[in-house]
Amino acid sequence: MASCPECEGTVVLTERPQVSEIVECSECATELEVVAAEPLTLALAPEVEEDWGE
Amino acid sequence: MTAASVAVFASRVRADEKRIMAALDRRGVRHEHIDTRTYWSFVGEHPPPWRVVLNREIAHTRALYAAKMIEALGGTVVNSAAATETCGDKWRTSLALRAAGLPTPRTALGLTPQAALAALDAIGYPAVVKPLVGSWGRLVTRVPDRHMATTVMEYLDALPAPQSRIVYVQELIIKPGRDIRVIVVGGDAVGATYRHGDHWRTNVARGAQTEPCPLTDELAKLAVRAAEAVGAEIAGVDVVENADGELFVLEVNHGVEFSGFQRAVGRTVDVAGRIADHVAGRGPA
Repeated sequence: MASCPECEGTVVLTERPQVSEIVECSECATELEVVAAEPLTLALAPEVEEDWGE
Repeated sequence: MTAASVAVFASRVRADEKRIMAALDRRGVRHEHIDTRTYWSFVGEHPPPWRVVLNREIAHTRALYAAKMIEALGGTVVNSAAATETCGDKWRTSLALRAAGLPTPRTALGLTPQAALAALDAIGYPAVVKPLVGSWGRLVTRVPDRHMATTVMEYLDALPAPQSRIVYVQELIIKPGRDIRVIVVGGDAVGATYRHGDHWRTNVARGAQTEPCPLTDELAKLAVRAAEAVGAEIAGVDVVENADGELFVLEVNHGVEFSGFQRAVGRTVDVAGRIADHVAGRGPA
């Protein structure tokens, strides 16, 4: 469980978090990045860049 | 030094990367995730500590340099730097497909927007303008006539990046509201899906829906040959049908995303498992 850096809502992950994993805040739908698993720490996920893709 | 034999390079761990790492876990393959945003190496350093690197970096520029770095260190990376470079540039991809004798839409490259306008006139309308580098259908523009083409070229001319003014233009294949994605792993076509949606750009990233597509011999061979043409061991090959049912290869993706594909095919194909099997069996050349 951690606090959303955007809306301060509570983010609960059902599976074991992994660093660099992207999760979504259930309250504000903001994309968040797991920057630390223990304790769970979330940051705003990076914005999409021009060369992102497949 | 790490005990892992496989490194999964990714700055963004999405559902696809989690599935691949879970599949490696199930196979007992020692692996570790490397956040590419933290990775560096000295020039001329010793080989990397992993037997193979699976490159799942989402940013093309970083993915390409990651692959080049691993190869420069004497390591093995899937896909190779050459394949990543070819797939990441639509013009290079077109050249590779053409050299392999594969059906692909008529394509031209203009060295200025003005030259591209002349190329579009030669191709005929409607046509398509695409950025040389980019994915998910981003900025891909359907140009119905010369009036629109002139305006699009004016916009391109105003863009600051020099590469934006090298313009890739292509014949528009009038497709039946869908295109086809074939995933190729280790020289095998593992499955295919249709992608269809309300928009003419039928990328899953743009909200297109996926459903299973019969993997015919023709489709499988075409996709495998396309992956070979660009040198990709793991590839998402985009194919489009014209009104007569003829198939054309549009592009080959080196960092294939497969969540939508997996949802469509269900349990008939385990994409992450196939990728894990391929990487687990891959060693230095």
